[in-house]
Amino acid sequence: MLELKNISVRAGDFSLREISFTVSKGDYFILLGESGAGKSMVLETIAGLVSPASGEIVINGKEVTGEKIQKRGIGLVFQDYAIFPHLTVSENISYSLHGRKLSHQEKKKKVLVIADQLNISGLLDRRPSSLSGGELQRVALARTLIQDPHVLLLDEPLASLDSRIKTELRSLLRKIHRQGQTILHVTHDYEEALSLGNRIAVIDNGAIVQSGTPEEVFRNPRSEFIAHFVGVRNFFPAKIIRENGSTKALVDSLSVNIFTQEKEASGFILIRGEDIILSNEQIDSSATNNFEGTICEITPTVKGVDVIIDAGIRFHALVTPGSVTHLELTEGKKIWLHFKATAVKFIPA
Amino acid sequence: MKNYQPFQLFLILLGALILLFIISPLLGMFLKTSPASLFETAKEAEVAGSIWLTIWTSMAATLVFALAAIPLSYLLARKSFPMKKLVTGIIDLPVVIPHSAAGIAILGFVSRDTVLGKMGSAVGLNFVGNPAGIAIAMAFVSIPYLINAARDGFAGVSERTEKAALTLGASPSRVFFTISLPLARRNIISGLILMFARGMSEFGAVIVVAYHPMITPVLIYERFGAFGLKYARPVSVLFILISLTLFIALRMLSPDNRIFTSGQKKKDQ
Repeated sequence: MLELKNISVRAGDFSLREISFTVSKGDYFILLGESGAGKSMVLETIAGLVSPASGEIVINGKEVTGEKIQKRGIGLVFQDYAIFPHLTVSENISYSLHGRKLSHQEKKKKVLVIADQLNISGLLDRRPSSLSGGELQRVALARTLIQDPHVLLLDEPLASLDSRIKTELRSLLRKIHRQGQTILHVTHDYEEALSLGNRIAVIDNGAIVQSGTPEEVFRNPRSEFIAHFVGVRNFFPAKIIRENGSTKALVDSLSVNIFTQEKEASGFILIRGEDIILSNEQIDSSATNNFEGTICEITPTVKGVDVIIDAGIRFHALVTPGSVTHLELTEGKKIWLHFKATAVKFIPA
Repeated sequence: MKNYQPFQLFLILLGALILLFIISPLLGMFLKTSPASLFETAKEAEVAGSIWLTIWTSMAATLVFALAAIPLSYLLARKSFPMKKLVTGIIDLPVVIPHSAAGIAILGFVSRDTVLGKMGSAVGLNFVGNPAGIAIAMAFVSIPYLINAARDGFAGVSERTEKAALTLGASPSRVFFTISLPLARRNIISGLILMFARGMSEFGAVIVVAYHPMITPVLIYERFGAFGLKYARPVSVLFILISLTLFIALRMLSPDNRIFTSGQKKKDQ
């Protein structure tokens, strides 16, 4: 579907180096990286707004590296939406239909259909200046999707929205993806990546440092950026259930107490390694999650000592070297681990 | 009531003096001109013809030269190229050189023995002493106002908005006409009005190129030279009144009220 082969771009002091990845048809591909890592430049290169110094871009088997922007069949939604402020919502959405062999009625119908899908039918005659951030984002998506792009490129689409609107838009993006749209989405937010992506590539300082499924990338971080979220290594597919009046997350057969407003949902739970307390005996505390397990591995890292404990599922606890000595932690030893229900974060998928 | 600090009062006093400096001579001239003399002057065919000539030559100069000046402004706002600073400096040259000197330069450029003059003669057009020569002189001294205002307007249009249009399948020319131009329109209209106004008020360059037919600034000068202050005053007042009416009308018709503020950045989102 979309293939980048050794794309290098130079722009002043910054450069993209040998970027290669493949987005297959139907993928929701996340490009994850910090600000300034080069994510947006990758998108602009694919769209043809930036010319690469070397490398190839292939879309649907056709090399398009030197192709005109308007001939690539790519839809790009900018971070700041880039809605045309002097046109109405309807004129914005129908902008790309100019020059197509469609009657006025057909164009109007297309606009109505896409507006209905994105729930903005009531906004069609409005000016962009009167719209909220969430509404602008929907208009930007409608304006791009009406072209039926081979790949939808999204540049930090949820970055400047409040959490309620973010949740709504995540659902919308999932819906668009379910309808068969191939998506390449760049973000700095690992929760967004986990929540939406089925493939993830991590970009750091202009180069792809890791790619794979979310599980592969988060379980075995190969970059400082991912390692920065070391707690994310406690990242498990889970199902939220109600049991005896309390909320639990089922991870395989293990039942984890969780504090969430979600009911009966599937997704991931995250527990930060530094939120897990280790002890040689079971302790009575406010932590409602208390499991006994066996230490599998002890690895010193720059952020502390990563202790991996098998308690039915493998937990990563981050402790100080002092604690390792004090608790006499060694591989194979039985140990108790404790964490609060409020330390468990649920991300719906 | 807001309390002002002594320093702010001092600034207000200085500002008031400047305003007084601008208003007093004009007000004095208006007060010394009787409505009857104004009416009589307006009836003179020479005066009416001169005012009309001034308006249409400046309008024509503005519109014709805008066709190339606006695209140049876009280039200046968007593209980097070698010696861009030099180009910008050249554009500002007409503002800084004495306009009589500009007139001499234009005369040398359009007179019968030059390439342009010969081309004009071939189609029966003699720029010297002709409205076409007047329009060229007006455009020469006033075009920087349009270019600079339009350039600021284009610079204020977000490049992302233009890029978005490109990704939506628009050609670069469609992006220019449907996105960049409409979004920069306030500055462009402001620049057009400034260029038009500056052209209308030009004297030095025009008098060298074309003493006849007489544009109003030249007519005022001639009446002053031949008959004195008293006879020059009603024409001046009439010209000012018509110019003001014209600019207020243009200002009201323009999409933004701050048309005389060039360089304002357009809000993009």
